[in-house]
Amino acid sequence: MQVDFAAKELTVKLVYYGPALSGKTTNLRAIHWLGTSNACGDLMTLETQNDRTLFFDMLPITVSSQSGLKIRLKLFTVPGQVMHNATRRLVLQGTDGVAFIADSQRSEADANRESFLSLKQNLAENGIDPERVPIVIQFNKRDMNDVRTDEELEAIARRSREPIYKAVATRGYGVMQTLRGLIRETWNQLEEEHQLEKNFGISPVRFMNEIESKLKHRPGRRER
Amino acid sequence: MMQDDTNAADILMGDVVRLEDVLSRESVTSVSKSFFALFGLPVRVISHEGDLLADIHRDRPLCNYLNTLSAGEHACANTVEVVRDLEPDGHSVVHPCFTGAVYRVVPLEYQGRPIGRFIVGPYVPADTQAPPPSLTAVDPAIDAPIARKHFDRMPRVREDIAEELSAHLKKVLELLVFSGHRAQLASTMQVASVRENYRELAEKNEALKTSYEELKKVDQLKSTFLATVSHELRTPLTSIIGYTEMLEGGAAGPLSDDQVEFLETIRGKADQLLGLISSLLDLGRLEAKNLELQREAVDPHALLADVGSTVVPNANRRNVALDIDLAERTPKISGDPVRLRQILLNLADNALKFTHEGGRVVLSAEPGELEAAGSSGLGAALFGGSRPAVVLRVRDTGIGIPEEKLPRIFDAFYQIDAGTTRATGGAGLGLAIVKQLVDAHGGTIGVTSTAGKGTIFTVTLPADDDNA
Repeated sequence: MQVDFAAKELTVKLVYYGPALSGKTTNLRAIHWLGTSNACGDLMTLETQNDRTLFFDMLPITVSSQSGLKIRLKLFTVPGQVMHNATRRLVLQGTDGVAFIADSQRSEADANRESFLSLKQNLAENGIDPERVPIVIQFNKRDMNDVRTDEELEAIARRSREPIYKAVATRGYGVMQTLRGLIRETWNQLEEEHQLEKNFGISPVRFMNEIESKLKHRPGRRER
Repeated sequence: MMQDDTNAADILMGDVVRLEDVLSRESVTSVSKSFFALFGLPVRVISHEGDLLADIHRDRPLCNYLNTLSAGEHACANTVEVVRDLEPDGHSVVHPCFTGAVYRVVPLEYQGRPIGRFIVGPYVPADTQAPPPSLTAVDPAIDAPIARKHFDRMPRVREDIAEELSAHLKKVLELLVFSGHRAQLASTMQVASVRENYRELAEKNEALKTSYEELKKVDQLKSTFLATVSHELRTPLTSIIGYTEMLEGGAAGPLSDDQVEFLETIRGKADQLLGLISSLLDLGRLEAKNLELQREAVDPHALLADVGSTVVPNANRRNVALDIDLAERTPKISGDPVRLRQILLNLADNALKFTHEGGRVVLSAEPGELEAAGSSGLGAALFGGSRPAVVLRVRDTGIGIPEEKLPRIFDAFYQIDAGTTRATGGAGLGLAIVKQLVDAHGGTIGVTSTAGKGTIFTVTLPADDDNA
């Protein structure tokens, strides 16, 4: 989290992590498509010719709080391919919260696990305690064949420490719920660490209400 | 543009701090020029810090005329200064000039932050019929008809059109900032990723180097241990052998037949043990690279004859034919006579050991060549050539060595067939020592074998220079 007192701005960094081709960029595209234009800025993508993320994608979201402080959320994705680990570590530096985008397909279970382990390791190497940083998990690609069933995911959710969300990011389904969940978890943690309500006069409840209203679907745009 | 010492994460979180960092003056000027060429409207682009990045305008006759008047010039400069310093917050501002023309000041923003502005004008709004009184009131010396004539030649634009044109230019400039920022982030990340990868590799290399050094130390320790233990074992063993010999010689009185037989067994086994310990000692010294070799000219004929006479009783006992074959003009070998004997004896012993009754073992020597390192392949012309050598061969008609075992036979303690160890004896050190000794002489050793047909060991050793 960065605070710029002169500009009355508070910037929060949120990172979408996960194995290659799990739909991290697709999540950001969906948020950009669904979110209201006065909150979402331009989506910046840095990808190769075949649409693989090379360095990162970035989507800025700006909301103003009732205290007059402008709150800027910067959403990043990491490149998922194994060889880009150094870049993933760089993008992860100083993150305030992580959305882990898992692939629901059974065949991808190993890739999910490996990616999550690398997330923990990269967080630790950046001096971020993986036990404390807010993480939400999204099981994406619910529309594919041979995915884990809803019952399985419910069982997983019951014993999971991290909130679990289901999504079909290509159709926008579940991405906003994941994002709101991530923001809520992150904000609670920041409140605990920095007493935002006391220091900046931002009440968590009102902030989340503001987020809810800002991240409402753009009129006429629905999950497809 | 590249901030090499800045953390990549700071760059990612950072915003476009200065317009100039992401936008070249050339591109801003180029866009402003085409805007001016298309719509005839002057454009000035100013960064948030107040730097003029582009200034495309043509001096208007009205402005030129006013600048010839002292109060006019003053009022003109004043207006320009006010307009330049205007920082509209979020929305365009239209600032009137005393001439009746206007300036439109449009803010440039990126990710919700002001990064600069541009000024379109002066132009006269299309619905302005006549100049305001302030034009003629500005200077007592003004010539009203001339001022009016110049006023009529000012560019005229409808305000709604001017607003659309400005919105378009704003979009273009902000898009340029976006692409510029994207390029800046990409190049920063590129450099940072390369640096991070390099750091990671350097760390891994360091760890590998450390473990390599440790392994080397352990290996050294093993060799030292081997040499020390062998030495310590040999000392009491020589006493055992010595006293056994004394007993056999009757130094403690006459012996019964049984006692003589037992003592012979003790001495035989003690000799075997001594041989093994000597081998270990040799290997230890060879691996520790502190075996001293004498260099002298060794006559191959004498060498073959000596080894032949040593093993011939063994050959006779096993009913194996032993032949010695010395080619003509075989030069002398440059080497240590004791070690050369050890090499050949070891190979001959081995050959006899694995050859069945009725078989044949041939020891031979002939002139040959030893290739210098790097003498084949690229640049061979530059890396010396070959030097004269002596080729020693030990050929047998024995059981042979399976092809897949060949690469490992020179490893210490390696037995081709662990089952034969009991039957034939040996600790698997012979060939390892032979190889080390040949290497120490600067020679080469090779082996070819056909299972069931026999084996040929070929040792190539440098010839003595004097008779080369």
